[in-house]
Amino acid sequence: MTMSFKGTPSRRAFLKGAVAAGGTLAGASAAKAAGDPLITEVQDWASYTGDGVDATPYGLPIEYESDVVRRNVEWLTADTISSINFTPIHALDGTITPQGCAFERHHSGAIELRKEDYRLMINGLVDTPLIFTYEDLERFPRENHVYFCECAANTGMEWAGAQLNGAQFTHGMIHNMEYSGVSLRTLLEEAGLDAAGDLKDKWVYVEGADASSNGRSIPMEKALDDVLVAFKANGEALRKEHGYPVRLVVPGWEGNMWVKWLRRVEVTDQAIESREETSKYTDTLADGTSRKWTWVMDAKSVVTSPSPQAPIKHGKGPLVITGLAWSGRGAITGVDVSLDGGMNWQKARLAAPGTDKALTRFYLDIDWNGEEMFLQSRARDSSGYVQPTKTQLRDVRGLNSIYHNNCIQTWWVKSNGEAENVEVS
Amino acid sequence: MSKFLNLVAGTALASTLIVGPVLAGEYGLGRPALADEIAAWNIDVAPDGTGLPEGSGNAYDGEEIFADYCAVCHGDFAEGIDNWPKLAGGKDTLDREDPLKTVGSYWPYLSTAFDYVRRSMPFGSAQTLTDDEVYAIVAYILYSNDLIDDEFELSKETFFDVKMPNADGFILDDRDTSEAHFWTETPCMENCKDKVEITMRAAVLDVTPEEE
Repeated sequence: MTMSFKGTPSRRAFLKGAVAAGGTLAGASAAKAAGDPLITEVQDWASYTGDGVDATPYGLPIEYESDVVRRNVEWLTADTISSINFTPIHALDGTITPQGCAFERHHSGAIELRKEDYRLMINGLVDTPLIFTYEDLERFPRENHVYFCECAANTGMEWAGAQLNGAQFTHGMIHNMEYSGVSLRTLLEEAGLDAAGDLKDKWVYVEGADASSNGRSIPMEKALDDVLVAFKANGEALRKEHGYPVRLVVPGWEGNMWVKWLRRVEVTDQAIESREETSKYTDTLADGTSRKWTWVMDAKSVVTSPSPQAPIKHGKGPLVITGLAWSGRGAITGVDVSLDGGMNWQKARLAAPGTDKALTRFYLDIDWNGEEMFLQSRARDSSGYVQPTKTQLRDVRGLNSIYHNNCIQTWWVKSNGEAENVEVS
Repeated sequence: MSKFLNLVAGTALASTLIVGPVLAGEYGLGRPALADEIAAWNIDVAPDGTGLPEGSGNAYDGEEIFADYCAVCHGDFAEGIDNWPKLAGGKDTLDREDPLKTVGSYWPYLSTAFDYVRRSMPFGSAQTLTDDEVYAIVAYILYSNDLIDDEFELSKETFFDVKMPNADGFILDDRDTSEAHFWTETPCMENCKDKVEITMRAAVLDVTPEEE
């Protein structure tokens, strides 16, 4: 993925927001004068009947939510077939990402692979190289886990400066689902690992069935720890775009390793050093050397609302500030929120205690005085890690890392409720 | 019902045809992979050359093949078209603003180039090239980076005669040490800085997609 800066100023989006806000205010005052017709007059939906149970065998969100969709940034990549889109995190709540709007990343497009045509090969340094069908996988003991999947390039466009105006675009290469599947350990043990000898220096190489056949090397220690061969997400089959019928789940590690359409797991005595673990997904430092094998996703958080795509439209008074936090090193233990760009912080309320390598929802309920804010959030995790500022990250890594940007994000919320992506001193 | 019968028939056929060792696995699920099945999918090439096939190719031959299959995205000279990857150039740019990372300037292992071209290219027609063609295309990419001459015959025997310029340009993930100060346990909560000023605004760039 190539990333660059481009563009000239415009205020169109803001003007549209202002019109919408004005409409709301006018409606509210009219209601006060004459009684709200939505209440005083019998509405169609209170009189006529609605859809029958056979109208929608499988439902989509109601049309009024049609703006809550994945979005693409056209200039980011050469072609949508090898590209990425973004989860509308600014418009979601809770922690589970609906599959239908969970971000997609393909290297050669989303393929259609029937369960009947699915084969999984376990080969390399195993006692008996095996082939599993989809039905075979369903007969192994099954596990359920909720994990976040974050692309290593999430927030990558922000290394050199504030660039994209919306939480969806700055932080939307993430989703969080409940997976059902079989532990990779179970499948490896079924093939037998005696042939591999000492497992400490061994690897598994995993690859997909699509035309890119994206392959990644994973240390055996991780492979035997918590990696999952998943075939359901949020209770139903994986979507085509997320690797139907079977994908790999590599908890806490960069999304590129979560190979979709998983077709092969090879036990090896070395890392294969595929394109996706050398030319891409390596992090170039200021002196030109590059880090490799930077698999773990550091602790990170973002305020999802208010944010540029979710401005405050109700004026001053009670305001719900909310966002998401996560860490690839463990559970979120706390989130701090600043209203003044990092001068002072207060502890946000976690909707539920953080769980291992999964999204945590946080809230800060305030009485907004209508003055501008520089909203920031700062995640802390069970390893003691504290989400750094952009300056702290740049001091270590420079501007060219592309990947693993977990900096503190700033939204400049103006007195009219509009919000903008900015950097502050 | 007929679908179910087909499945049963298929399973019976498979167990008749495949005579393998008794499975050692706890569940006895799956079947042994056959040699030709492993050969078909097990095509990864490791940095030490494990997995390199027989065959060879040079940049002279590769130029024509590259023009036919690759140049539409990567350009006649591997310089890249539009946003498609540039495969050549970028020497000595890694420590500069906007480094140009190509096979020549960045990739540490030649095995990666062979593996990737054979596995994933050409875009939209993956795994249609012969091994000789893959050797020739990789040779042309090396030639475009001034790393070999156009007569150099690339094969598993000559593979390690090619020196990748950035082979020593990588370090293992060192965040635990170089970023140890991020594990601060008790971050500042009050009066953490004197003032806050805007230093950059996304609206100035205006590269965010507009709503329809």
